[in-house]
Amino acid sequence: MSNVRSQGTWLIVLSFIFAFYLSILPFPVWAEYWRPEWVALVLIYWSFVLPSRVGVATGWVSGLALDVLEGVTLGEHALSLTILAYLAGRLHRRVRVFPLWQQSLSVLVLVGINLLAVRMVQSSVAMVSEGLVYWLPCLVSALLWPWVFAMLKFFQQYFHVR
Amino acid sequence: MAVFISLVLITVDQRTDKLAPLRYGLAYFATPFYIAGDIPSKISYALTKSVKSSEILSEENLLLRQQVLLLQRRVQKLAAMSAENVRLRELLNSSDLLDDSVRVAEIIGVDPDPARHEIIINHGRDRGVSNGTPVLDAEGLMGQVVEVGPFTSRVILVTDSTHAIPVQVNRNGVRAIAVGSGSLDRLVLTYVPDTADIKEGDLLISSGLGQRFPEGYPVATVIRVEHHPGLPFAVIEAAPTARLDRSRHVLLVHRDEGTLSE
Repeated sequence: MSNVRSQGTWLIVLSFIFAFYLSILPFPVWAEYWRPEWVALVLIYWSFVLPSRVGVATGWVSGLALDVLEGVTLGEHALSLTILAYLAGRLHRRVRVFPLWQQSLSVLVLVGINLLAVRMVQSSVAMVSEGLVYWLPCLVSALLWPWVFAMLKFFQQYFHVR
Repeated sequence: MAVFISLVLITVDQRTDKLAPLRYGLAYFATPFYIAGDIPSKISYALTKSVKSSEILSEENLLLRQQVLLLQRRVQKLAAMSAENVRLRELLNSSDLLDDSVRVAEIIGVDPDPARHEIIINHGRDRGVSNGTPVLDAEGLMGQVVEVGPFTSRVILVTDSTHAIPVQVNRNGVRAIAVGSGSLDRLVLTYVPDTADIKEGDLLISSGLGQRFPEGYPVATVIRVEHHPGLPFAVIEAAPTARLDRSRHVLLVHRDEGTLSE
């Protein structure tokens, strides 16, 4: 792998930009809790398939960008996505051989950890609302994983991203 | 390492406002996203506008005409009343109530986190918005600007659970503090004694105390008053009069310095 020149950086960047866009797109009020964690999903995908290129640094930068976009405490998502990228990087060997539904389960856990980190930071600033709906995004993300995976895989192969 | 930097960032950003310039700079990066994020709602807005049937339009027209008539009648009285008010104030030797200057901005985004009630408007430092600028819609007070970017700014709504606004009852001037409840249709009045004269249906207006919000704009209507013998304070809830989840255009109030130094 290491002697192959890396290419297709633009696709990785583009997928992140698209994920940022989706994560600030206004939703109707009733659907707000159903928003998947797009950036986390894209980050997980790339750190599963290209762990040598997308890792902790990418996680940190994309997290910081997300913090700015959502106007939250700087470093909140940077921290959570860093942890996420690290764990995904550690897991990638095992997860790659899993069938899709098992991958979904790992995504559920990973995004859950991501949300947990965000929650911990938030609760250090201000009172946060109670309720299990907060965890809904990790379920939605896990359910969406097969589609995200298939789509990104298609684009990756089509444009020969290595 | 990255975790460490994040932790430092979090701490610094929470405890101080040293990162404000950094935030301001990074906001340049965020602006295109906000503008792009607004496109779907713009399209749907334009579509509904263009496919409205003439029947609905004429109906709306009729309604608006009636409203104009009603408002005009009220304005007729208002001229006389404000003149009288000025005279009385002169008699009392107190300073004039200056009229606030207002500009219209458009909402181009909402906070994706349902637990936080914040919106993004299309005016930033380029149009002279500053931190703390009060924001209204046609029906009442919406909130205030908390973060100014180069071309956009963030507005916290009165219902956000970290927001509080000093209000008074329009009927009798009883003062209270309305704290956001975290749900879009409810404010909570805190620390109101059991004996205070507040009833269901009372209109709460901004009291101007705290010198953040201008005085006299409607904020909420009381919807529930409960007295529990076991609690030291009455439980009072109010519904915001501003249409926090429907408005598309908002008004930014620029106060003249005169009102501050009364």
